[in-house]
Amino acid sequence: MNALLAKTITFLDTEPYRLVVWVLIIVTFVAINAAYLVWVERKGAGRFQRRPGPTEVGPAGLLQPVADGLKLMAKQLIVPAGADTMLFRAAPLLVMAPVLMSLAVIPFGRGLAALNLNVGLLIVFALGPINLMAIMLGGWASRNKYAVMSAARVVSQNVAYEIPMLLVVTTMAMVSGTLDLNQIVEQQSGGFWHWNLFRVWVNPLMPVTFLIFYICMLAETNRAPFDMAEAESELVAGAYTEYGGMGFGVFFMAEYANIVLGCSLATVLFLGGWQSPFGLMPGVVWFLIKMYFLIFSVVWIRWTFPRTQFYGLLNLSWKILIPVSLFTLILSAAMIKILRALS
Amino acid sequence: MNALQEIYGGFKSLLIGLRITIGQFFRPTVTVRYPHKTLKMPPRYRGHIELVGNPETGKPLCFVCKLCERACPSDCISVEGTKLEGDKRKSVTSYKLDFTKCSLCGSCVEVCREGAIRFSRDYNLAGLTKEEFLLDLVQRFQAQQADVKSEIRDQRPETRNPKSEVLGGGKPEAELAGAGKSGGSVS
Repeated sequence: MNALLAKTITFLDTEPYRLVVWVLIIVTFVAINAAYLVWVERKGAGRFQRRPGPTEVGPAGLLQPVADGLKLMAKQLIVPAGADTMLFRAAPLLVMAPVLMSLAVIPFGRGLAALNLNVGLLIVFALGPINLMAIMLGGWASRNKYAVMSAARVVSQNVAYEIPMLLVVTTMAMVSGTLDLNQIVEQQSGGFWHWNLFRVWVNPLMPVTFLIFYICMLAETNRAPFDMAEAESELVAGAYTEYGGMGFGVFFMAEYANIVLGCSLATVLFLGGWQSPFGLMPGVVWFLIKMYFLIFSVVWIRWTFPRTQFYGLLNLSWKILIPVSLFTLILSAAMIKILRALS
Repeated sequence: MNALQEIYGGFKSLLIGLRITIGQFFRPTVTVRYPHKTLKMPPRYRGHIELVGNPETGKPLCFVCKLCERACPSDCISVEGTKLEGDKRKSVTSYKLDFTKCSLCGSCVEVCREGAIRFSRDYNLAGLTKEEFLLDLVQRFQAQQADVKSEIRDQRPETRNPKSEVLGGGKPEAELAGAGKSGGSVS
């Protein structure tokens, strides 16, 4: 029996099969997460407002995502008159695809990644902006005033937030000295004081760097209080106005998939990935605990802060986040030089 | 320096906000899960009017003086009655209330010298046709009397309306289905 199991594992680990297995794992992981994060979001929203949230479908409303999915799938797909049909249809796919591809390089445990690339960090940020472009395309192709306004907002918002995000990531790459996500996690082994978040002797502004990363992640995933792209009280549903049925459903799933990606990246870069906080028993469980805690905090923030105004959003990025992240970049570069000179 | 203070103050206010919401998160919910549970109607709730019975005879107190009919500004009440053998007063045979016109002003209740009409606490007033709101309060009263349990409850002042009592308690679906038709009868 054991021999058979070992044989199966080696078989599945050879290249073409390994790929299929991992694609299946990632797609399932994203689908389950997207569906159940909607449930978490609604339950969380309820609790924050002293309501029970969904309760009717299944125990504690646990079958609600299934019901929602069936509802969305049963709906007719409508392409509005005058819309660019091909772009309109392609946009939801283009939103979803880069997230799935980026998740391939995230190490969930030691060696537990679909692709052990030595430029994993680069891949994630190379693919990241495609999803923003896809939201823009969706808004543009809809031939709808609100959708176009939202598309314009998405672009200016994400240009503004991409810069501090990349500056922070550059800082992290400099501090770690590698773009390999596996190695970045390995460097943070042995107790929570080794996590990048608390490594203040490398760069005294590390917690600030994490905060900037987190804020940029919220903005890049279009989450409240930066949900300018959707802004339901001013732009109907923003870029998603003309989408119905599963077209909308895929956009919605992509939003949650992006949150999963952003939170896993924050976990890898700052919270020590699969490393345990006490230096004992590193494993995938720790990764998931950290990631879901971050996801919960995203929900928590959404139901605490109202949407910012657009100029407030841009002011935050251009006047605070970019100068501070530039400063941390220079500071950590100087610290690396000084530490190297001392040793 | 001012800018730094602003950033610090703003950041602190964000943290305070987060602390408040997480505090609410762990407190119990306050929602009444409506179809399963309902709130009890307060004593001064104004549903449509209903007839008050004499607790001794079990018959309506109304003796067809028609003051309510005259007091009604919307002309939605019409009362008819006959004088039975051996009775001093008339007794009511039909009390028609056109609830489509009633504005719940309460003039009829105010003007009634016998206290023979009062507001019911029936709030599930939805129907599919206009005719469902042409109520005959005598029939409604008789249906209430037929329900022995409701008669017992009737004598307790705080739960005079049997319907709202049932709503305050359990039995959800059957109650809603019955009440949706109109306040005509008790399920």
